[in-house]
Amino acid sequence: MADNSSKEIIYGLYDDDEILLKAVKEAKKQHLDIYDVFTPFPVHGLDPVLGLEESRLHQAGFIYGALGTLTAFLGMTWIFTKDWPNIFGGKPYWSVPAFIPITFELTVLFAAIGMTVTFYIINGLGPGVVNKHLDDRITDDKFCIAFDKSQVSAAQAESFFRATGASEVNTKTI
Amino acid sequence: MSAVVSPIRKPLITGNKTYHQITEDLISPTEKTPTKEWVIGFIISVAVLTFGVFCILWTIWVGIGSWNLNRTINWSWDITNFVWWIGIGHAGTLISAILLLFRQKWRTGVNRAAEAMTIFAVMCASLFPLIHMGRIWLAMFILPYPNTRGPLWPNFNSPLLWDVFAISTYLTVSLLFWYTGLVPDFATIRDRAKGLRRRIYNTLSFGWTGSAKHWQRWESLSLVLAGLSTPLVLSVHTIVSFDFATSVIPGWHTTIFPPYFVAGAIFSGFAMVLTLMLITRKLLHLEDYITVEHVESMNKVILLTGTIVGVAYLTELFIAWYSGYVYEQFAFFNRALGPYWWSYFGMMFCNVISPQFFWKKSWRRNLTLTFFLSIVVNIGMWFERFVIIATTLARDYLPSSWSLYSPSWVEIGIFIGTMGLFFTCYLIFARVAPVVAVAEIKHILKTGGDQYVGENAVHSHHDTHEETHHDHH
Repeated sequence: MADNSSKEIIYGLYDDDEILLKAVKEAKKQHLDIYDVFTPFPVHGLDPVLGLEESRLHQAGFIYGALGTLTAFLGMTWIFTKDWPNIFGGKPYWSVPAFIPITFELTVLFAAIGMTVTFYIINGLGPGVVNKHLDDRITDDKFCIAFDKSQVSAAQAESFFRATGASEVNTKTI
Repeated sequence: MSAVVSPIRKPLITGNKTYHQITEDLISPTEKTPTKEWVIGFIISVAVLTFGVFCILWTIWVGIGSWNLNRTINWSWDITNFVWWIGIGHAGTLISAILLLFRQKWRTGVNRAAEAMTIFAVMCASLFPLIHMGRIWLAMFILPYPNTRGPLWPNFNSPLLWDVFAISTYLTVSLLFWYTGLVPDFATIRDRAKGLRRRIYNTLSFGWTGSAKHWQRWESLSLVLAGLSTPLVLSVHTIVSFDFATSVIPGWHTTIFPPYFVAGAIFSGFAMVLTLMLITRKLLHLEDYITVEHVESMNKVILLTGTIVGVAYLTELFIAWYSGYVYEQFAFFNRALGPYWWSYFGMMFCNVISPQFFWKKSWRRNLTLTFFLSIVVNIGMWFERFVIIATTLARDYLPSSWSLYSPSWVEIGIFIGTMGLFFTCYLIFARVAPVVAVAEIKHILKTGGDQYVGENAVHSHHDTHEETHHDHH
């Protein structure tokens, strides 16, 4: 969501998630363009109010998982029928039931690693990443609505924050 | 959040906490200088770990001959310890994954520590097969990769290789799940810190900001990882049981092994979680977050799984008799009344009888009894694996090769050393990270806090609840 150019942000801090939810609804009613909302924990009911589409991360997970299934099954098939055909305990070379456990494990492994890595990349998170954040108390007990000053004027934002019960209003360049 | 909560629900967070108070209570243990108890515990753990490392090096230097294994009993303490540790790990995944899918809110009090426990237990477990290889420097031969040895591949039909995949997948997925949960909490620590500490925690928190979209994806990821971990955790101990069940040894060759092993794993894992959490909540003063309700819930799981394990033991005996197969019958006769009869009765008492105390509600809620029984259960589950492995091998088809076994000092040292590794890791974890998931506790405050639910709920809040409730419709 955030690009590299610096932005003038005006943000309000709320003391409670229920007040925040009402404020976000109000902002949507007034057609104010919200830059982002920051919370200390996932606030349920926020996504639909904010108009966030459902994450497609699980679809990516399905693809990674399918990739794992194919890697394991086709890999073992190739090894035991073409590269290194061996008879173990009088069983056929291509002994499918015995391939199931490893196929399952690699499906899970690929899906989990793939999804987690994707999660960090699309969020712009990772070891060593320094994201400028608005306020230290957002990871503690404050709920924050932020407006980009180029989209919403300072006066408009301030009157909105006052009307919706924000406990503090600040500006910051990030 | 403002969902309707049944009035008979007991609060999961006591002490009338605010969001800020939760942060203070859970983060501050990482910010203070270590307590005397911690330092003493740490010194003992590291000392024990050091001795364990010495014993492992001794094994590698001298060879497996330094253990008391013999041609008849070629698996004993090593594999017993391996299965025991792997089993202990299972509770963490059960709490974090299966209980998440079942929407059990009490999991939030204990999931972080239980997941950490899983990772450390799996680390301890995976040591044993590795050093049992004898030539540990050739351990990479178990991994399938194109090579100049032929090409020579591992046998994909072998349950031992399935184990390699199952355990490495389990360790990786548990680690990812645990760390992704920790990221927002590391950000909380970061935002309270200054200087170098702030930089370190910024690296650990991956630059987390708490943006709404990030939280949405975080929840989506957690849910799918939970969905993946649920069959995974069941598969891991199933595959461990295949190590025995796919063999042709009487007493091992039974189809009941997978469910029986999984139930036993959850049983021993919850016992270990209780042992650890009862100490942790006392030392870190977390009584408001890990309440007697949590302990009671876990004791119910112990009662259930302990009883399943008991049914499995009796089923095994019945099937051995009913099979009419004299070797199978002898295997079980030997387990109960052979030279290792004491381990069989130890197992029966610790695993089947001792959890039955928890039918009584006041005993389920008794912390001293719970602590004592949690240790008894872990001893019992160790006996179970010893019974299955060593006593079965001691009396095989050929009476001329019957044998007996007792561990050498090296084997005892390695086992105690893994305890040192486990507690060293756990103590470091309890210093650098919150042992209770901060963001997740805040998330359930309004449905689990004692000012919102239970007897002492403040009634004025009902009005606001009602109001927001209507708002949602």
